[in-house]
Amino acid sequence: MTQIAHDHKAPAHGHDHGHSHAHGSHGHDAHGHHDPNLAHHFDSLAQQFDSAKLGIWLFLATEVLFFGGLFVAYAILRMRFPEVFSYASHYLDTIMGGINTCVLIISSLTMALAVRYAQTDNRKGLITCLVLTFLGAVGFLVIKYFEYSHKFHDNLVWGPKFYVPPHSAEGDLEAAVLKTAPAAPGTAITVENPAPWQVPDLAKKPAVDASAVKAASQGPSGVARANGTPAPAPAAEPAPDAKDQAHPGTHLEDASMPPNTHLFFAIYYAMTGLHGIHVVAGMGILAWLTWRAVRGDFSSKNFTAVDTGGLYWHIVDLIWIFLFPLFYLIH
Amino acid sequence: MAHHSHAEGEVHPEVGHVVPVRYLVGAGLALIVLTAITVASHSVDMGEANLPVALAIAMVKATIVALIFMHLRWDRPFNLLVLVASALFVLLMLAFAGMDVHQYEPTIFNGNPTQVEQTLQANAPGAPVAQVKSTNGGGT
Repeated sequence: MTQIAHDHKAPAHGHDHGHSHAHGSHGHDAHGHHDPNLAHHFDSLAQQFDSAKLGIWLFLATEVLFFGGLFVAYAILRMRFPEVFSYASHYLDTIMGGINTCVLIISSLTMALAVRYAQTDNRKGLITCLVLTFLGAVGFLVIKYFEYSHKFHDNLVWGPKFYVPPHSAEGDLEAAVLKTAPAAPGTAITVENPAPWQVPDLAKKPAVDASAVKAASQGPSGVARANGTPAPAPAAEPAPDAKDQAHPGTHLEDASMPPNTHLFFAIYYAMTGLHGIHVVAGMGILAWLTWRAVRGDFSSKNFTAVDTGGLYWHIVDLIWIFLFPLFYLIH
Repeated sequence: MAHHSHAEGEVHPEVGHVVPVRYLVGAGLALIVLTAITVASHSVDMGEANLPVALAIAMVKATIVALIFMHLRWDRPFNLLVLVASALFVLLMLAFAGMDVHQYEPTIFNGNPTQVEQTLQANAPGAPVAQVKSTNGGGT
């Protein structure tokens, strides 16, 4: 990435800078002495600033393409399994997602204000806004942690574990995952020695309805549907409403759950997880900017690092602006 | 860079552009309001229109962030070109992937075993993959 201002490191007098200045003669005072904020390989402050901005924008373009691949994957999955997306979206908490959207918007605002304060020599305002932006990132991740942990607890995850009954003991999960791995076509499926969590189910239902069998037969290949296996009958108690977000853990007992629902959670964790990693990276940048602001590095003559760091933070917000309706707001 | 749109009476850096506070706060408020609108539109049944409406609102929000928060309204146009070009290339990838994905649709197990078997028998008669249904679903 393009390096930003080499403040305090630029030589007091370097090579000949007398040649043409494409963007004017900023950066050199009347006596031709070198501006300490101007790196020697740039002609002028304007050229240095424009180079830094172009560099960060090229990096942001790669970020757009990076997420773009996942957006394409999302689009293809949604085109192929529209019923999965409209069903599984109800397991996401719109309130928490909406709050997180507002948290990111407000932190984007404080970041933009931080750039402004850096540009106008307001060190106190700059530090305050950087800290507020950092706290916005923390708040976003805390809310995301609660969302993730709730879903992990209910086995609303990617892969075969999605088809393991939630709330079973930790030791049983490994065995259950192994048992419920998608079976090859034509493989006979038998359940020997059912795990303890299966006993109550087996007492009430025939063995074919045991959750492990259902999981295997409705694996990602969808073979079981081709096989004509009927969806397991709902248990004695009525199937839980998909919109009941407080207790979505019983998704396996929900007869209305379409096949391949785990695909929604796979793309959900892929995209929000990658976004979350960017938030963590943004926290590192914000902490670094705050440290430098406290040290007094930034001023109206040297704010490029705040500006470019802010641009990164804004693209994180911008991507979430698309993620929020695409996952939380499916009608 | 020369700017001629400001008379705020403040410190003006030699480079870059200082965005007035009213622009920043206004953009923030607009984004919050648009978020509320998109959440509200979620509970209104517009049939097929729900997704385009949500995406249109997201596009407006993204434009506000890019133009105001990210300074693109006052920045060098080339930086805007970089952002728009990257978005266009994502759309290009989406368009070609969308065209391609349906090419293989008849051979994918999507709940229509008859069609799959017919397609496989027609395109690759005798291939092992064409026997899937007979070995898998014979007993049912």
